[in-house]
Amino acid sequence: MLNVVQLSCERDDRLLFSNLSFKLCSGEILQIEGRNGAGKTSLLRIIAGLSSSYAGDLFWNSQPLAKVYADFRLDCFFLGHKPGLKLDLTPLENLAWRSRLANTAVSREGLLAALHRVHLAGYEDIPCSHLSAGQLRRVAFAGLVASQASLWILDEPFTAIDAEGVAWLEGLFDEHASQGGMVLVTSHQSLSNLKGNLRKLRLETFAAEAYIEEAVFEKRGADNGQV
Amino acid sequence: MARFEKTSMNGLSACAALIRRDLTLTFRSPGQAINPMAFFLMVATLFPLGIAPDREVLSELAAGVIWIAALLAVLLSLDSLFKSDQDDGALDQLLMSPHPLPLLVLAKVFTHWLTSGFCLTLMAPLLAIMLHLPAEAFSALMVTLLLGTPVLSLAGAIGAALTVKVQRGGVLLTLLSLPLYIPVLIFATGAVNAAMQNMPYSGHILWLSVFLLLGICLAPLAIAGALRVINE
Repeated sequence: MLNVVQLSCERDDRLLFSNLSFKLCSGEILQIEGRNGAGKTSLLRIIAGLSSSYAGDLFWNSQPLAKVYADFRLDCFFLGHKPGLKLDLTPLENLAWRSRLANTAVSREGLLAALHRVHLAGYEDIPCSHLSAGQLRRVAFAGLVASQASLWILDEPFTAIDAEGVAWLEGLFDEHASQGGMVLVTSHQSLSNLKGNLRKLRLETFAAEAYIEEAVFEKRGADNGQV
Repeated sequence: MARFEKTSMNGLSACAALIRRDLTLTFRSPGQAINPMAFFLMVATLFPLGIAPDREVLSELAAGVIWIAALLAVLLSLDSLFKSDQDDGALDQLLMSPHPLPLLVLAKVFTHWLTSGFCLTLMAPLLAIMLHLPAEAFSALMVTLLLGTPVLSLAGAIGAALTVKVQRGGVLLTLLSLPLYIPVLIFATGAVNAAMQNMPYSGHILWLSVFLLLGICLAPLAIAGALRVINE
């Protein structure tokens, strides 16, 4: 279980969000929403432990996250904006090094099955530089399928994915949640809430003060413009 | 809460996977590894042309020339060490690994040495003959290169980690790394010069070994720390 308490993040003297608190229990999908620059990626990187520019507390299974990072990383799959694939390697080779690095022993057959599930069967020995952006994303999703992590942290996973792929990925989330996993996802796409396990969190509501100031400022600017 | 069954594997297998990946990448696009070696050869060729093709003059200069050329060649190859990982997002995967980051970083630096410093060491006898290095100094040159080039990779990787987010950070990397290379250069050329005069050079070799041990113990911690801080 992931517990975020009173989290605030400041970037370049701008308060992205403050007093952000939420819980993510097993079997839940949490979608982080917000306009561009609202701090969605920053929030995910903070939770993943890649960024430490924050104030507040993070708990993983009711222990402070900073103390149990090794356990947390065993149980966490992070997929950022960039899929993290080497273009000179084949999908199979990419999946192999990633699963080793994430401490999940997956056999060649397991990886092939994962590639089959993301509809990339037959592409396993083609260099990733020959694949399209959407196919590269799918290779990364194959890593997701093969991983045994319980918490998935996905930053804009639907980028470059076709409509059929979106439905497929939503199904994957549901399946993971029904097995007791957790999904933390940012997306501009509105996910369909098939099984009632989807929650949404708008980042703007935690940046209210900053926005009021900005709104006043913009209004003044508009007034001046009219005069 | 349902915990997922984990197959326990040790960090060494992750290191092996990383070494294998980087070696495969080097074989797929060998330019990254070959360019520094060509540079090494070219720089050493320029000295007879630029100074004098005299046997005496060149044999005096040989140790210094080979070492400085090797040092610059290693620097040339360091820029992409972490930057390529940063560009495609693989660095995030490295940082998210449950294995100790210093260990993984050490594996990366080892691969870098294997494809740069080690290859340069293998090429060094050719340059030594070109520059008329006396035969009695050959073994000293090889030993110092074998002990010294890993230190170049380790110390330079700290700079590479610090400049991972800097676009065109090659010059900055050079400025950060060169001061760290000075002790290695002094002791390595000192050993070769001592060997040329038939004097014992074991003291120099021991110093180089100390640098290597310190580098292996401390540099991965610095590199890991730098990567975590820089890649916020």
